[in-house]
Amino acid sequence: MKAIVTVIGKDKVGIIAKVSGLLSSLDVNVEDISQTILQDYFAMMMLVDVSSAKSFTSVSEKLDELGKKVGVSIRIQHEDIFNAMHRI
Amino acid sequence: MLNKNEIFETIQMIDNQNLDVRTITMAISLFDCITSSREETAAKVYDKIYSRAKNLVKTGDDIAAEYGVPIVNKRVSVTPVSLIGAASGGYMEIAKAMDKVAEDIGIDFIGGYGALVHKSATPGELEFLETIPDALASTKKVCSSVNVGSTKSGINMDAVRILGEKIKRLAYLTRDRDSIGCTKFVAFCNAVEDNPFMAGAFNGAGEGDAVINVGVSGPGVVQYAVSKAKGESIDTIAEIIKKTAFKITRVGQLVAKEASRRLNAEFGIVDLSLAPTPKIGDSVAHILEEMGLSSVGAHGTTACLAILNDAVKKGGLMASSSVGGLSGAFSPVSEDIGMINAARKGSLSVEKLEAMTCVCSVGLDMIAIPGDTPASTISAIIADECAIGMVNNKTTAVRVIPVYGKGVGEEVSFGGLLGNAPVMPVRSESAETFIARGGRIPAPLHSNKN
Repeated sequence: MKAIVTVIGKDKVGIIAKVSGLLSSLDVNVEDISQTILQDYFAMMMLVDVSSAKSFTSVSEKLDELGKKVGVSIRIQHEDIFNAMHRI
Repeated sequence: MLNKNEIFETIQMIDNQNLDVRTITMAISLFDCITSSREETAAKVYDKIYSRAKNLVKTGDDIAAEYGVPIVNKRVSVTPVSLIGAASGGYMEIAKAMDKVAEDIGIDFIGGYGALVHKSATPGELEFLETIPDALASTKKVCSSVNVGSTKSGINMDAVRILGEKIKRLAYLTRDRDSIGCTKFVAFCNAVEDNPFMAGAFNGAGEGDAVINVGVSGPGVVQYAVSKAKGESIDTIAEIIKKTAFKITRVGQLVAKEASRRLNAEFGIVDLSLAPTPKIGDSVAHILEEMGLSSVGAHGTTACLAILNDAVKKGGLMASSSVGGLSGAFSPVSEDIGMINAARKGSLSVEKLEAMTCVCSVGLDMIAIPGDTPASTISAIIADECAIGMVNNKTTAVRVIPVYGKGVGEEVSFGGLLGNAPVMPVRSESAETFIARGGRIPAPLHSNKN
């Protein structure tokens, strides 16, 4: 299953490293990544494959935990919600 | 590949504009629970609902977590209980079984304690109508609706008279909590069989065994989109609403498909209604104000609502493979912060709300009225709404709360999504003689289409 990870928050050193490190430890493969900085705000999105991960819920919880620790909002959502909304 | 703007647009809608799926409602047929014993019927009702819907809440929560979109309510609706209890007469026992199973599986509400008496009522149905106040006052999660009119059959004015009295009784029985029992009861004209919204959800006789019906929401998303179009013409506003409604509905369609697959139930419909909540940024009234009214209730409100309702339908229809339910903008007073504020400052009246119901989906909804309003006046309010629905070939409904012991201007608070509201004035002139006549309002000429 493919999902989209988004990270939004104040820019800090090492956000990408921390998120991708965590994803790799959870067997989540990053397939595409893009980021921008808008007025000090960091916005990153990753297309990931969670098929090998043990459970979607635990990936989601661990990302949420990391987000709280680093002080940014991190979430993971099934890619279909974006496809449904933006693709006919 | 999706682009960043699209992804962040979706996230903004969920985070800042209160996009959510208002309800996943599993409609369950109870026809196979009918027996001639009260206890046995109630036990079968409990078992059937439990076995079909035991995973509803967990599945809803799982889908919400995976897709990152809140699913606010999980509900069950059942075949009208007046039909299921007719053989045994055990209506109250069924109500208790419904409440117990709703509690045990953790759902928010269970609907279907209702009857379809739009042309006439059987002795069993008349007996059933008598039980409604006690059933709703003695249960927590049971909701009830009665269909008293249709375009095809006219309006059953005997039933309309009875319901006025039952609403008053229900208000009295729940007087310790601002007559909250009345928030769980709605009278309909042209009731739909696949509505996922409470208090009017039931599983119609023509429906399947277990069906998933989903109600979307998102007035905040529409309001935000309209707010970006300052100075644009009405055509542009209608286009913007259409596009936004499409996106909102696609989320509903996705959730409905996924929920029905996981729960091994039929996919029924997506209801396109924009359902508000008392939260800031989740108000249908504020969309109308964003369109250019200083307050909802101003002259022009009906026109703005007509534009909104039409555009939401046009956008939503293409987004879902099956649209149904009520599908239109809701205008409940106590559940919409914009409506509450307008009612408080006196710019919104019951008469204006009645006019608005001519162009939007539902009817007079969640309106607190004085506790000393006569039953015949409540019946007359129902008759007026039914006449609008019958003549215009649309669903209309009345959910009013004659708040026991309270008068115009006093505040009531129901809590949660039911919100709070000021008691609004109704006409003091009497319709008692009209209501006392009874009988049936004949169906309109245009009902003869065959």
